[in-house]
Amino acid sequence: MGNEEAVFFSRVLTEMTLSFHIIYATIGVGIPLMIMMAQWVGIKKQDEHYILLARRWTRGYVITVAVGVVTGTAIGLQLSLLWPNFMELAGNVIALPLFMETFAFFFEAIFLGIYLYTWDRFENQKKHLLLLIPVALGASFSAIFITIVNAFMNAPQGFDIVDGHLVNIKPLLAMFNPAMPTKVAHVLVSAYMTSAFVLASIAAFRLLKGSNHLYHKKALFFTMKVGLIFTIATVIIGDFSGKYLAEYQPEKLAAAEWHFETEGKAPLILYGILEDGEVKYALKIPFALSILAHGIPSYEVVGLNDFKKDETPPLYIHYLFDAMVTIGMLMLVLSIAFIAGLWRKWTFISSKWYRSLIVIGGPLSILAIEAGWWLDEVGRQPWVLRGIMKTKDAATSSGQVDTMLILFAGLYIILGIGSIIVLSRMFRKNTIEQELADRVTEEAGELD
Amino acid sequence: MTLEVIGISVLWLFLFGYIIIASIDFGAGFFNAYSLYRGKQHILTKIIQRYLSPVWEVTNVFLVFFFVGIVGFFPKTAYFYGTTLLVPVSIAIILLAIRGSYYAFTTYGGLKQKIYVFLYGVSGLFIPASLSIVISISEGGFVTLEQTGPVLDYLKLFTSPLSWSIVVLSLTAVLYISAVFLTWYADHANDIEATELMRKYSLIWAGPCILTATGIIVEMHGHNHEHYTRLIHLWWLFAFSLILFVGTVYLLWKRIRYGLAFGLLTGQFALAFFAYGISHYPYLLYPHLTIYDGFTNEAMATALIFAFLAGLALLIPSLILLLRLFLFNKEYVQGKQSNHP
Repeated sequence: MGNEEAVFFSRVLTEMTLSFHIIYATIGVGIPLMIMMAQWVGIKKQDEHYILLARRWTRGYVITVAVGVVTGTAIGLQLSLLWPNFMELAGNVIALPLFMETFAFFFEAIFLGIYLYTWDRFENQKKHLLLLIPVALGASFSAIFITIVNAFMNAPQGFDIVDGHLVNIKPLLAMFNPAMPTKVAHVLVSAYMTSAFVLASIAAFRLLKGSNHLYHKKALFFTMKVGLIFTIATVIIGDFSGKYLAEYQPEKLAAAEWHFETEGKAPLILYGILEDGEVKYALKIPFALSILAHGIPSYEVVGLNDFKKDETPPLYIHYLFDAMVTIGMLMLVLSIAFIAGLWRKWTFISSKWYRSLIVIGGPLSILAIEAGWWLDEVGRQPWVLRGIMKTKDAATSSGQVDTMLILFAGLYIILGIGSIIVLSRMFRKNTIEQELADRVTEEAGELD
Repeated sequence: MTLEVIGISVLWLFLFGYIIIASIDFGAGFFNAYSLYRGKQHILTKIIQRYLSPVWEVTNVFLVFFFVGIVGFFPKTAYFYGTTLLVPVSIAIILLAIRGSYYAFTTYGGLKQKIYVFLYGVSGLFIPASLSIVISISEGGFVTLEQTGPVLDYLKLFTSPLSWSIVVLSLTAVLYISAVFLTWYADHANDIEATELMRKYSLIWAGPCILTATGIIVEMHGHNHEHYTRLIHLWWLFAFSLILFVGTVYLLWKRIRYGLAFGLLTGQFALAFFAYGISHYPYLLYPHLTIYDGFTNEAMATALIFAFLAGLALLIPSLILLLRLFLFNKEYVQGKQSNHP
């Protein structure tokens, strides 16, 4: 296998691992926060339903954590296995956040184990809440640290290059690079948003399937409310990310927007297709790109034609941008309508078609996460470290990457199918009605 | 002490931690499967499940900690080991992934077929085997530097008596460590039947374990003479290790102080592991890479050590809490509390 093939297969394998991992990782970042909030609301309102909500979510969460942990281990090792030259170079500058990420993960793992196996040990629910805080903190901090690593790849700084060697390293400066604030914030809030909608989607599904239990209605209201808050945050930070790109990574913004000529009063292009360099059937929103890039309609946005041909990302990332933004907007409208409907007593929010939309909302949000990451990662091509190392120079020289690709594909198929089967079995067999009844008999048993 | 030595000592300590707790984990899976095959599963399963459930995730973190740390402190290892280890480490990842998720699927999700218990038990033995290849490679002689980068000579690796001895040692050590730990744990739980069974397994595996360990020193004589000489210089550390081994076996034989027996076993492996590590100094990959030419810059090393200390300040109290709640809580160990998730 020549170098070109090794690079190609390494890219495919990395993309496959990450795309699979982020489904479980995103849920893994957001759900602990939801569990903690549900436990807190349960204590505040003295409502057993919320405490049960926290427990049932945790049970499902353990399965997703397991897959998240093992695929996370896979990508952690694949970084060195597939991109040894990159890790050798970047390890000098970016090892600190990578190292801190394992601490956050460690912290989460310890307290998740404790929380899970002390469910019935303490009478006081506040103790259970205290155990959930480090779980949620650990989950969010591991996302923060690992996103810092990715931000560094987009905006490397904190070192000087002398004769091809990195010298004068400043680890903290490398961590707090320009891409870091928007990226970390966007990753966090979109993970919370996605988790809220995934859980909302489950509640809506149970209601659609005929259970009319109050528990599901409370779950739906809780998750849609939380989802709305984080969707608003995601949209606002998404706008900041656009401004970051215009300032520091203009080629990514230009490729995502099919913006060829440098000009002021730039329109934002939504949808459309590209044929022989011509944009067709697109929706053009005047001035919107200038506003996205800098906040003023006359701002001059750098076009793709100003960059070297071999340093611009592929143009298909525009479709990824469209998918991400469209789903974000859709979820915003859907959750606003739900909250407003509750408040104004509109009946359509309990209709079948509306609940079906919420059911689709969960998977759609995950799709938006995937699209967003593909946009971010492919938008960095051809660089692995923007401006410093190209992807083709970073890959392994090993000749067995294609075989490994097949092996890992098999693994992810098994894990994907396995986790779906196990999760659906867990909750289909033990419905909320069943669990509430069991708890009553258990308590009666203790009294005897 | 230089930053390089601090760095490698920290990592070596964590690798040792991983080897002990992962051995318990892998061995437990194997004994569980074996007892199912012999129709003795009812004796062991409960004890094993009660220990493994709260800690399985933590075990994995020790491994992640080690490989993230080594690339952080010694970025050049990514270049040498990353390139050469693609196949063996990928296989280990896949086995770890199937094993870890299978554990969660069965424990929490209720997938309980016999075939999986066997796969789980056997896969646990392949993981140490595929990971121990790294140790063989580090001895040198299997990696050549070509123009495109380092290349691993698989034929040489698979026909080398040294690499096979290391694989066999990893297997016997896993079974021995795990059996001694579970003997103590079962005794702690007042489960006489399980204690007796595990005691028997401990005594069975003690011999092969110490034999293969000695065998490796002999193999080293022919493979890497320089390393062999340094090993012999540290003979007194290995002698202490051997005394601790004898102590463990004696206590097991007399059926007394199983807790102390496990303590002596940990000491035995710690001494041997660190003596091996010290004799390996200064090479990370003989003769291509030493800890000095592969070290990260000073600023990063200092930052990493600070992060490490801060992290430990957070981790040690948490780990102690975990151990107090589960390992040293009699009520929990004996299964007197309902701890179902």
